[in-house]
Amino acid sequence: MQAKWEVFYEKFITYDGWRTVVDGLVATLEISVFGLIIGIVLGTIIAAVKVMPKTNIFVRLLSLICDVYVGFFRGTPIVVQLLVGYFVLFPALDVRISALNAAIAIFGMNSGAYVSEIMRSGIQAVDGGQLEAARAVGLSFTTSMVKVVIPQAVKNILPTLGNEFIVLIKETSVASFITVVDITKAFKDIGSSNYEYIIPYLMLAAIYLVLVMIITFAIKLLERRLARVDRRS
Amino acid sequence: MIDVVDLSKSFGKLQVLRSITETIKDGEKVAIIGPSGSGKSTFLRCLNCLEDPTSGSIFFEGKDLADLRVDINLSRRHIGMVFQQFNLFNNKTVMGNITLAPVLVAKSERRKAMRHNTFAAVTNLFSKKKKEKLPVKSKKAIKAEAEENAMRLLERIGLADKAASYPSTLSGGQKQRIAIVRALAMNPKVMLFDEPTSALDPEMVGEVLELIKQVADEGMTMVIVTHEMGFAREVADRILFMDNGIILEQGTPEDIFTNPKQPRLKEFLSKVL
Ligand SMILES: Nc1ncnc2c1ncn2[C@@H]1O[C@H](COP(=O)(O)OP(=O)(O)OP(=O)(O)O)[C@@H](O)[C@H]1O
Ligand SMILES: [Mg+2]
Repeated sequence: MQAKWEVFYEKFITYDGWRTVVDGLVATLEISVFGLIIGIVLGTIIAAVKVMPKTNIFVRLLSLICDVYVGFFRGTPIVVQLLVGYFVLFPALDVRISALNAAIAIFGMNSGAYVSEIMRSGIQAVDGGQLEAARAVGLSFTTSMVKVVIPQAVKNILPTLGNEFIVLIKETSVASFITVVDITKAFKDIGSSNYEYIIPYLMLAAIYLVLVMIITFAIKLLERRLARVDRRS
Repeated sequence: MIDVVDLSKSFGKLQVLRSITETIKDGEKVAIIGPSGSGKSTFLRCLNCLEDPTSGSIFFEGKDLADLRVDINLSRRHIGMVFQQFNLFNNKTVMGNITLAPVLVAKSERRKAMRHNTFAAVTNLFSKKKKEKLPVKSKKAIKAEAEENAMRLLERIGLADKAASYPSTLSGGQKQRIAIVRALAMNPKVMLFDEPTSALDPEMVGEVLELIKQVADEGMTMVIVTHEMGFAREVADRILFMDNGIILEQGTPEDIFTNPKQPRLKEFLSKVL
């Protein structure tokens, strides 16, 4: 073990390996955070389309497009989506962006599909009587949703969204498939520079675990807060 | 008040209402009774188009609510509805429940007035016929007024101390009385009740019926679907007996309860009385 530590120490400190790791961690967080934000925006739009009453052709068409979108992103592996996006679609469409931004965009689109399902089921879990009562006092569909249904749906949605964030953080570990140097890739590089993988990989696992634990804790806090609002008298 | 003409409603292949024609007069209290599944709720929900009629018309204040070009939201402001399951807004306090719609309505009137005034200011520059400016209330005043009105209503039902509470902390009877008050806060011309006491514990039925009676005595036009035969008899001017999607028999409480004609009605009464 002594020797392994020395090898790792040399690479990590003496040869500035830690800088790569920090950069990698930043990349991982960037992809997950911005990916989630894009996911929430896309997911909200898709969920909105999906819960709209299907009264006219336009809504039905939009709904169909959303189904195809969600079907695609949920039906193919994220690695494939990264590869197809970065090496096929973006070049074909002449979109010139860095690998990191491509990863953010693709993870965002991917998570949009999942977030839309989270939001849709969160909205549908709200008792239908709430929307009816709001409509019955003369509020429009949109106003009823905004003032009555969605605030209640948020309670169902927020904790699940936290879980989606955890999933996203873990999934970003495949970002190096399109040349992004995330934290996984950073530690992998350190390991392969001297064929000493044990410590780098254990550290990598520990860092993911700590990240996930922090978020889990934050979700718990949030859940407790949300539950309290209801019981206030 | 409400003229129902040739109203039919189907859910897929299942025809629930069969060509019903009926008039609810000003100030009239109409009770609807009938066996489960006969279409009572569906009929009531068609009156404010919570269910879209499959065919036929619902005339209210001269407008056909079944016509999709009619702004149903405007009409619904004048049709109060009380549900079996109360349906108080869980994310709002009692005060928030009562003031939500009145405040939104007043704010939309405010926007309309402001648009009108801007338009008037421009046209008044060019035209001799001066347009009147409409009064514009401040948002604060709108809220204060709605809350004042809500407090008055809450005091009336003895629940003023619950104004800041959330629905989850209230008893069923309290919830339903607040739901009634929420409808009253819109100053409706007619109120629809769908089994307002069916989801209540027996000891709370009285307080809710008492409030409905009070509202009835003040002259409100009402349509009440109910299984409380005693209540229907006491409050209603007219009783409709629904069976299998039609109004099979109707008349004064006296007619219906002491002198029923249709065998189906006799059978129904023998079961529920
Ligand atoms: N949204 C719906 N979709 C399909 N069928 C429905 C729907 N709403 C009601 N029905 C059916 O329509 C029929 C009449 O229902 P409705 O609720 O109007 O009866 P009801 O007279 O109010 O009965 P109850 O006394 O049990 O409340 C029933 O057979 C019911 O199953
Ligand atoms: Mg019913």
